[in-house]
Amino acid sequence: MSGTAHPGLNLGASDARAHERSETPVFGFWVFLMSDLIIFGILFAHYIVMTDARAFGPGPAQLFDLKSVAAQTSLLLASSYTYGMASLAMKHRERIRPVALWLIVTAILGATFPGLELRDFANMIAEGGVPQRSGYLSALWALVGLHGLHVAVGLVWIAVMLALLAVRGLSNRTKTRLLLLGLYWHFLDLIWIGILSIVYLGGLA
Amino acid sequence: MARQATDPIFGRLDWSVTPFDDFLAAPSIDEAVASAAAAAVPLGALAVIAVLTWKGLWGALWRDWLTTADHKRIGIMYIVLAGVMMLRAVAEGFVMRAHQVTALDGGVLSSEHFAQLFSTHGTIMIFFVATPLVTGLMNFAVPLQIGARDVAFPVLNQVSLALTASGAGLVMISLVIGQFGTGGWTMYPPYTSATFSPGPGVDYWVWAIGISGIGSTLAGLNIAVTIYKNRAPGMRFLRMPMFTWTALCTSIMMIYAFPALTVATAMMALDRTLGFHFFTNDLGGNMMQYANIFWMFGHPEVYIVVLPAYGVFSEVSSTFSAKRLYGYNSLVIATMAIAVISFTVWLHHFFTMGQGARVNAAFGIATMIIAVPTGVKVYDWMATMFRGRVRLSVPIIYLVGFFFLFVFGGLTGVVLANPTIDYQIHNSQFLVGHFHNVLIPGVIFGVLAGIHYWFPKAFGFRLHERTARVGACLWFAGFVFAFLPLYWLGLMGMPRRSATYDNPAFEPVMWVTAGGAAIVVAALGVTVWNFYASTRDRAALACPVGDPWDGRSLEWSVPAPPPAYNFYALPQVKSLDPWTIEKAEGAPYQPADAYEDIEMPRPTSLGVVIGGAAFAMGFAVTWWVWWLAGVSLAVIAGAVIARAFVQDTTRTIPAREVEAAHQKVLQQARQIRAVDRDDEIAPANLGHAAPEVPA
Ligand code: HEM
Ligand SMILES: [Cu+2]
Repeated sequence: MSGTAHPGLNLGASDARAHERSETPVFGFWVFLMSDLIIFGILFAHYIVMTDARAFGPGPAQLFDLKSVAAQTSLLLASSYTYGMASLAMKHRERIRPVALWLIVTAILGATFPGLELRDFANMIAEGGVPQRSGYLSALWALVGLHGLHVAVGLVWIAVMLALLAVRGLSNRTKTRLLLLGLYWHFLDLIWIGILSIVYLGGLA
Repeated sequence: MARQATDPIFGRLDWSVTPFDDFLAAPSIDEAVASAAAAAVPLGALAVIAVLTWKGLWGALWRDWLTTADHKRIGIMYIVLAGVMMLRAVAEGFVMRAHQVTALDGGVLSSEHFAQLFSTHGTIMIFFVATPLVTGLMNFAVPLQIGARDVAFPVLNQVSLALTASGAGLVMISLVIGQFGTGGWTMYPPYTSATFSPGPGVDYWVWAIGISGIGSTLAGLNIAVTIYKNRAPGMRFLRMPMFTWTALCTSIMMIYAFPALTVATAMMALDRTLGFHFFTNDLGGNMMQYANIFWMFGHPEVYIVVLPAYGVFSEVSSTFSAKRLYGYNSLVIATMAIAVISFTVWLHHFFTMGQGARVNAAFGIATMIIAVPTGVKVYDWMATMFRGRVRLSVPIIYLVGFFFLFVFGGLTGVVLANPTIDYQIHNSQFLVGHFHNVLIPGVIFGVLAGIHYWFPKAFGFRLHERTARVGACLWFAGFVFAFLPLYWLGLMGMPRRSATYDNPAFEPVMWVTAGGAAIVVAALGVTVWNFYASTRDRAALACPVGDPWDGRSLEWSVPAPPPAYNFYALPQVKSLDPWTIEKAEGAPYQPADAYEDIEMPRPTSLGVVIGGAAFAMGFAVTWWVWWLAGVSLAVIAGAVIARAFVQDTTRTIPAREVEAAHQKVLQQARQIRAVDRDDEIAPANLGHAAPEVPA
């Protein structure tokens, strides 16, 4: 049913059939992300409910380091930009090299993010902010930790895509997968913006 | 949380975990029941292995079933899995009732054992009976109804089934190794926290439900995407059969409701295993959040399982009345309305938790409103039958039973929706009466109607009508005696989940319900027997042409069983009930104008690998065998990644071959005499229908 295809999905200059074939996986992946969004939504709601459940443990003022959070935010957003470059390269240049290069840049930026995040976590532990300390901290670690876990999975996925590019080249299946990974990667940005606003900025406001 | 030092290899597993040694140490009826149940699992498994080996069926099982990506077979496997689990859960229901007969000031079972029984019974019935039954029906029927060759993601479909099966496996193995939790099917903390339930039982629940819940999310995703993307040309939304509509709504609900369950179980796992404080009663934990999150899933779940049953009843009422479905649009709207409203009522499961009168009133009213669309549906089905050419075949018999019994259960639900009344009767046997009253006449009767309706399509022969009618009547009688008295008991003040009671007035009623439970066991026995007897007599029941009931939707236009690719050529749909129209216009069973090469997914063992590893992981975390948990997780990740590198994932069936197969089928259809509805259950009905009433 080509009449229902979304404009802008095409993987290359002119391949209607590949275009059509990637419809279903892309739509399915959107649905999956919406389902994942529910998970984050519930964790956000739970975090808000638990804001005051600190049991005399440490709170945002003791735990958060806005400078590091700002750095993480810039890194993640920059990596989304570079992923966008990879998508454009895939669509318009049809060569493996630029795609792979942009992916590698994305991966480097992306990998620095959990690096900083882990350092923050270590600082929090040093301040006594372990998840076992209070209901508030459990909610915090679950929310931020799940996002971090998603980023880690995304990094593994990028590695797999690099391997696929090397072995299979820019086949239509690989391109479709790159499209899905792109959705995933941008989705993580979205979640992070939520975390930044609600957890970090909201917590320190 | 105090975790004692454990063995690095075996975690907290040791030789004391089976119930057998307890029985040997202190023989009692209680321990005997536990040991017998525990023995049944390995013995049952051994029996199955023996039969498979004896008949030399391992290869076929592996090739045609375990590794298949065919939605029809996956659907059937879902239903078989649910059937096996149902045997256990019904037996448990009966054992509980038998126990309660003796339970005036005591009883044969220990209260610990009784608690395990209602916990496993409820868990199994909801997650491993009701859910896989409807998932199985949707998997089997939806692609056939919309003119698709398979679901959108056939391999993912296999993985979903495997995840559900591994959850079921965890519940089963808990009979033999260790014990199941005792917190009921909802496992409310703080009772189920590490402090008060330190053993592995609650962990079994957490992992069984967590793993199978992910499977259900993915199954819902798959079916929804299939309906959006794989419809045959011309199959517009408002031309889809009603069952497909309900499947669409159910699958959307699965996508949005099951994540809440995933979150609830994951938090519980973190609390129990890593000492977090989500739901504990110290250090700021909030146990009410558990009820909140759990029922965000839990209430939609009841509509997830009942909507497909409504879909079956829609198909059945119109097919067996030889009439177009009355009020199609109103049924679509009602289905959608239920799907949406069902996300706004979850709080009625904890009116007594203290959120104040206004909040309660809002949710109470929402709950009452949701009864309206269901009422619309009931009238639509009755109007469909009105002045139709009604045959009292088994599916219609179930529908009639549903009319009387389900409506009653729905009405008691409206009673419970009133918070002031709920304060009196919540947590009583009244509630137990209510939910069995909607789940059995709603979901179970609906699914049984669906199974009897589509069985000939799946296997190419009908089920014995007479035996099935006896079974249906036993279900009704058993249900009435086993569950309607519970309303009375509840109003007398008997709480649910009571292992013992001290009011002698309860005892006679318990006898009645135990008698009813025995009839239900008989009903299940007759139903299972009928599968065997019909398979034995399949030559006399055959309906290879595939249209034994003068069906209306596309699935009846293909032979029974259908070819792996479902349709020889994709149908062109011009209206609702396309197959009826085609027959009425006098030209069914025509060759296609052109045939195409068909691409179908190859079999793969991905599902078995992921399901097996998920099972091992759940088991390992339950028993703190950390190395195994790590290895299993790595296997899952490795399998997913390796799959990305597999190239030949499909095989192509050449157009020539498809055409030849179609010619053969058409010839058969032409040779076989068409029968009218008077001969519907006679051996002459080989599945070629002489249409009775035009359109
Ligand atoms: C077929 C015969 C059945 C019998 C004899 C039976 C019997 C029972 C009994 C005795 C209980 C414990 C009631 C109490 O708390 O005092 C129970 C609970 C329950 N049953 Fe059934 N049942 C049957 C079928 C079903 C079905 C078909 C379903 C769902 C599809 C179901 C779902 C449940 C649930 C969810 C509970 C609550 C468990 C809990 O308290 O956590 N049952 N049943
Ligand atoms: Cu509810």
